[in-house]
Amino acid sequence: MNKATGIKAKHQRLVLVAIALVALVGAGLLATWALRNQASYFYVPADILANPPEADRAVRLGGMVERDSMKNAADGVTVEFIVTDGKARVPVRFAGIRPALFVEGSGVVAEGHLGSNGTFVADNLLAKHDEKYVPREMQNMTTDEARKAVAQTK
Amino acid sequence: MSEKPKAPRWTLWLPLALFAGFVVLVVGGLVRPKNNDIASQMIGKPLPAFSLPAGSDSRPALDAAHFKGGKPRLLNIFASWCIPCRAEAPVLEELRRAGVEIDGIAIRDRREDLAAFLGQYGNPYARIGVDDVSRVQLAIGSSGVPETFVIDAQGTIRYQHIGDIRPDQIPMILDKLKEAGQ
Amino acid sequence: MLPEIGLGLLWLAAALAGLQLLAGAAGLTASGQAMAPLVRPVAIVQGVLAALAFACLITLFVETDVSVKLVAENSHSAKPLMYKIAGTWGNHEGSMLLWVTVMGLGGAFVALVERRLPERTMLATLAGQAFVSLGFYAFLLLASNPFARLYPAPEDGNGLNPLLQDPGLAFHPPTLYLGYVGLSIAFSFAIGALVTRQVGADFARAMRPWVLGAWIFLTVGITAGSYWAYYVLGWGGWWFWDPVENASLMPWLAATALLHSCSVLAARNALRTWTVMLGVVAFSMSMIGTFLVRSGILTSVHAFAVDPKRGSFILALLAIYIGGALLLFALRAGTVSEGERFNITSREGALVFNNVMLSSILAITLLGTLYPLVTEAFGAKVSVGPPYFTPVSAMFALPMVLVLLVGPLLRWRRDGLGRVKAQVVGPVLIIVICGVSAYALGVHALLPLLGLAVAPALIVASFLPLKGRNLRRAPLSLWGMVVAHAGMGVALFGMASDSAFSLERLVAARQGETVAVGPWSVTLTDVGPVSGPNWTAMEGLLQASYAGGKPVVLKPQSRTFWAPLQTNANSALYTRWNGQLYTVLGEETVADNGAARWQLRLWWKPFVPMIWVGGLMIALGGFLALISRVAQDLKRRVAQAKGDFRREAIAKLEKGA
Repeated sequence: MNKATGIKAKHQRLVLVAIALVALVGAGLLATWALRNQASYFYVPADILANPPEADRAVRLGGMVERDSMKNAADGVTVEFIVTDGKARVPVRFAGIRPALFVEGSGVVAEGHLGSNGTFVADNLLAKHDEKYVPREMQNMTTDEARKAVAQTK
Repeated sequence: MSEKPKAPRWTLWLPLALFAGFVVLVVGGLVRPKNNDIASQMIGKPLPAFSLPAGSDSRPALDAAHFKGGKPRLLNIFASWCIPCRAEAPVLEELRRAGVEIDGIAIRDRREDLAAFLGQYGNPYARIGVDDVSRVQLAIGSSGVPETFVIDAQGTIRYQHIGDIRPDQIPMILDKLKEAGQ
Repeated sequence: MLPEIGLGLLWLAAALAGLQLLAGAAGLTASGQAMAPLVRPVAIVQGVLAALAFACLITLFVETDVSVKLVAENSHSAKPLMYKIAGTWGNHEGSMLLWVTVMGLGGAFVALVERRLPERTMLATLAGQAFVSLGFYAFLLLASNPFARLYPAPEDGNGLNPLLQDPGLAFHPPTLYLGYVGLSIAFSFAIGALVTRQVGADFARAMRPWVLGAWIFLTVGITAGSYWAYYVLGWGGWWFWDPVENASLMPWLAATALLHSCSVLAARNALRTWTVMLGVVAFSMSMIGTFLVRSGILTSVHAFAVDPKRGSFILALLAIYIGGALLLFALRAGTVSEGERFNITSREGALVFNNVMLSSILAITLLGTLYPLVTEAFGAKVSVGPPYFTPVSAMFALPMVLVLLVGPLLRWRRDGLGRVKAQVVGPVLIIVICGVSAYALGVHALLPLLGLAVAPALIVASFLPLKGRNLRRAPLSLWGMVVAHAGMGVALFGMASDSAFSLERLVAARQGETVAVGPWSVTLTDVGPVSGPNWTAMEGLLQASYAGGKPVVLKPQSRTFWAPLQTNANSALYTRWNGQLYTVLGEETVADNGAARWQLRLWWKPFVPMIWVGGLMIALGGFLALISRVAQDLKRRVAQAKGDFRREAIAKLEKGA
């Protein structure tokens, strides 16, 4: 900001406007660039199998927790289960305290990344709870509907 | 920061232009989520086969087969814990008095709560099934409580009403039933 | 009867807002000047009526009158009194009523005490305030009536989201609302000034206390909200860049920028147009944030139930108010006369830099918040989270903090960096020392490292403006600035320390098992059931000892609420001077050999409470400045009154003579 010290006073407003514009446009461009790289995309199982994201990219996976698929690991904090949208199934591993109302057959959104072995490693699980309207669940729904329903979880 | 009268005027319009962009973006967003109330994909299709245990001692259990034959019926998805259902109860009662046969599916309910609900708000149902895991609810494409379906004599879903039926909607529901009977 | 009375009061208040708008607008014209004296009293009565309507709703919640739909849906007779009251604003309709109440009371307050501005600008301001209020009254009365009845009345209410049953809720949203809506006053001032084209130092001095007041509430609200999310959600994080949080951050950023440009305008009569624009932008951000959260366009962890129809209504209001204000700005700002000039190396220059950086952070926050909407238009669902927001906002925050080290030392109008060189040596040395020692301690991640290096320097540099002054006689507003800037440093240190030094352990522990996390060893001694007024819980009994010291007891719970049925982990915290132990109890898991184990999540977070201490210091700084400004104003008024009195007395004497 010191470069401009020598400017003539009468150009001051113009320079200030220019600085503000450059900074804001810069912020906008930077934001756009960063958003392309950092936004985490939402997948349903069929999408993630057809079109897997890069291994370390943060994404979200939404679907139903398949019945009888939940397995607790020996360490007592890791759980493995399968998320399905009726078309495809993705194994998910999560270590942590499960959200309330996270049960088999319920809808879930897992935040994390797809591991190289095809297992989705979740850092965070979100289960839907809404006291006004009953939980929307996704059994027998089309992919599109499931996507919509799941997207409301967060 | 454009205080000099000579400073470019267009910069003063910039905020407004940006805001206009925001409004356009948001209008687009507002138009889309309106289909949050997704109509069931099942409309025009036959009711899937199901059989639910009875929810009340005074009413028989509910089976998909019951909807075949006879005249068009209403299938009401409700629950004792659902507040709008309480508001809807007298409306259903009125429909029943108008000669409509109504079957109910109670979602994720306890029998004693259900009995209390029916005792307090009336029981307009011919049959009541209990769906503890929302399986049937989801199978017929319902995503909330209360919802009401018009089922014709062939057992085909003809119409889905999302949310409680309000008193002024009774004629509309009766029309839908009449349509389904043709 | 009470709901009908409340509704009646609300209609009456809305009608008065209409009258206030008409009388104010007429008062500005030559023919309608007779209406002008009406405006202030009407504004006051309107505010009082809105407050009474809100009091009615609180009463209904306290009595759990379930014949009112809103109460039935959001309350329950078994709820503790505090949460019944808090439930009033824990839902859409109630919070909108709180919104118009604050807005009405704000307008009433301005009408009651503000005498500094020219009367014409005042009329335009109050008319503007009424115009904005009117829209929100319409929204409340036509699209979200809080007093609607429910036939037949249910036996009992539905309950309240247990996440919201927390002491934090009792004062967090109202505080934020005071801030959001307080900015409406700055908005109205800006409109008034644009209408009458009177922008100058007086305008800034008149607006500043109102902006300060709103800004203090916003700061406290955001700080409290962050702490609330930190201990209620049980995720150990204190800021999630969730749309709801961004909705509160964006007005804060704009208000902070406004506060600083206001001081330039008040002291140096420069940055006129820019300040007016920020006045418009700050409240616009409040409205946009509220709209984004309420409309259901962006969903969030802690949002109210969504309703797109209401969204369209608010959007229409936004388009009218923000669009109208910006149009007025575009048309009028060009005719606002030019302000004073200044050199880039000057206090003004530093403040301009601060404003540009704050605006940039605001822009990237807004873009990130809206980005999911953009991609959705192209059919892709995304969520934008900390990986975007944190580094990108830091890219602008860091230069801002660096300039903050020097800015307050600079003189107004024209200064040379050479003059302050000697004073800046200290902070620069601190940056180097802290940076190197943090690196030696194993902090290699860039942002935490920079934070740990810069934060202590900022704390020290904040006090430099006091150097060479008599501390007791230094003006309170200077103290305010010092405390607020130091608070920034303290908060920054807490944030950096949390990401640099936090340790986490996730285990399944048997009864009696001891788990180590950092310097702590935590023993799970017992797990047993406990119950509260409307919940039951499994409660863990933890004995935690710091570096082998005397053990302290923590009791994290896994709560189950039964109205509505929902479970929620209640964390237990223990705070020491140097950090916080954070414990969460999870589910019971049974191992293969049949032994019961409990999931435990433990964090040792060194210095994390400094985040909120810093936030409160920032608010305290604002409070000191506010006191100073109000005291100055009072002094001025007393002096003026005395002068008037004397002049009158002299005039009388002269007449008599």
